[in-house]
Amino acid sequence: MRWLRIPLVWIYALLILIPVAVVIESSFKSLVDLYANPLWPSSGLTTGAYHTLTSEVPLLHYFVNSAEVTVAALVMVLLFGAMISYAILRLPRVLGYVVYGVFSVGMMIPTQVNMIPVYLEMTKLNLVDTLGGLILVEAAFLMPVSVFIIGGFMRTMSRELLEAATVDGANEWQIFWRIATPLSLPSVASTAIFGGVIVWNDLLFPLLLTKSNTNRTIPLALLSFTGEYQTNYPVIFAGVLLSSIPMVVLYVFLQRYFIAGMTAGAVKG
Amino acid sequence: MKTKKSIYLFMIPGGLLFLVFFAVPTIYGLSLSFTNWDGLSNGFKWVGFSNYVNLFTNDTTFHQAVGNTLKFVVSVVIIQSFFSLVFALILLRNTKVNVFLRTLYFFPTILASVSVAFIWTFIYDPNIGILNAVLKIVGLGHLAHAWIGDPTMVIYSLAMAEIWAHTGQLLIIYLAGLQQIPVEMNEVARIEGASRWQIFWKVTWPLLTPATTIVVAYTTIQSFRAFDLVYAMTNGGPGSSSEILATYIYHQAFQYNHVGYASAVAMIFMVVIAIITMLQFGILRFRKSA
Repeated sequence: MRWLRIPLVWIYALLILIPVAVVIESSFKSLVDLYANPLWPSSGLTTGAYHTLTSEVPLLHYFVNSAEVTVAALVMVLLFGAMISYAILRLPRVLGYVVYGVFSVGMMIPTQVNMIPVYLEMTKLNLVDTLGGLILVEAAFLMPVSVFIIGGFMRTMSRELLEAATVDGANEWQIFWRIATPLSLPSVASTAIFGGVIVWNDLLFPLLLTKSNTNRTIPLALLSFTGEYQTNYPVIFAGVLLSSIPMVVLYVFLQRYFIAGMTAGAVKG
Repeated sequence: MKTKKSIYLFMIPGGLLFLVFFAVPTIYGLSLSFTNWDGLSNGFKWVGFSNYVNLFTNDTTFHQAVGNTLKFVVSVVIIQSFFSLVFALILLRNTKVNVFLRTLYFFPTILASVSVAFIWTFIYDPNIGILNAVLKIVGLGHLAHAWIGDPTMVIYSLAMAEIWAHTGQLLIIYLAGLQQIPVEMNEVARIEGASRWQIFWKVTWPLLTPATTIVVAYTTIQSFRAFDLVYAMTNGGPGSSSEILATYIYHQAFQYNHVGYASAVAMIFMVVIAIITMLQFGILRFRKSA
């Protein structure tokens, strides 16, 4: 079946490349051009869409919001997740299993199940339409996967090593901070990337938990373009491209961690 | 070794975060599902199981949402698992071309669902979309369609966008699974005179069981969750022809202020996913031991 294999993989490659190429090309067309000739590059390319976008939309502000939320949520979830993973390792065996189990079950609960109570809770706490509130929720929802990945990795660490450190007089915090965490860095990096992509790209919680323009994140801002620039594809695609830049840059440089993060814990089973 | 008390302190910050913003809401959601609360007024009544009864007996939109969710999930799971395995088998060897193709396939995974939604809305556009344009060029113009404007077609069109976005990610999981299979296993089988097809069914496929379990379970959960994509592309429309459970919960709670009712849908949603996931793990484990 060799005759089938090679064409198949290249056809799929085209299925990915063509839409991406069309998006790039369309973002440099005028709206009139696009409708007159949607597929082929028409006469003159223009950066008009980018001008419209950057002059009418505080795009940079949304970038900063997204970055703040992503970084703050990640710092919390990585630190706390690593601490719980370490505790699981040091707890009595059965209790450790229970804690790990609770977080693993949490991974299977779809966000839509708790979105209503979370929204109500945030309203009561007066945290709706604050970036702080959004950060707390994003971090809480990443806790299960963080414990799953980092905890799964830490469990493979040698217990003797940790015990030796105890004998040498190190306290728990020192062992956690100087031994367990540095040794688990690959899993922490994977979790950071995996969680980072999820938070950066999330639509649901920003949609629910922010109201005013000033607190919009990138995906929400993108979505609001559909209202403001109805079917103005050049402007929308310029937004799609600009908003993807951070993730694409990270992807180019940290491919290894991206792939490790996305598959972490997947094949040990 | 004795457990020091101080170790419990390590669980406090993360535990609190998880408890307050995840675990408690889940349980609170369950109790809301037995009320008729609108989410705004102070008063509400306990209505027992009447939300649930209503859902199953009267609510045709709910029935439609269940059907759509199943159509979406089943098509995504089957197509995505199949192609990610096929691509993983073809791209197994670490040649330059293969590594390039894997990287390319993985790329859509890093795009926001909102971006994927815009890209595919454009592809499907009945007037200027590239899908219809390509069909006309290759002489299949009669197949041109208003892909997401046609109620019978829309859910599968959405599934196609989801498959495009995530097949590369699952291919990587299968690849990791394949790379754990010792090369000698295949060699021995080949020396014994087994055909490629036999090697796949008798050696590779059984040894891939853990990877398959993960791919299928992960795809199932992920496609059940495909809220962002559907919300941004069709918001459940036209009519309610692409309403899935995730968007239905959102619409009931935040558009119609039926918070109690929406919570009941959410609970059913959770139970369905739990049962399906447990069945998958059960079946695949059984297959492993058989």
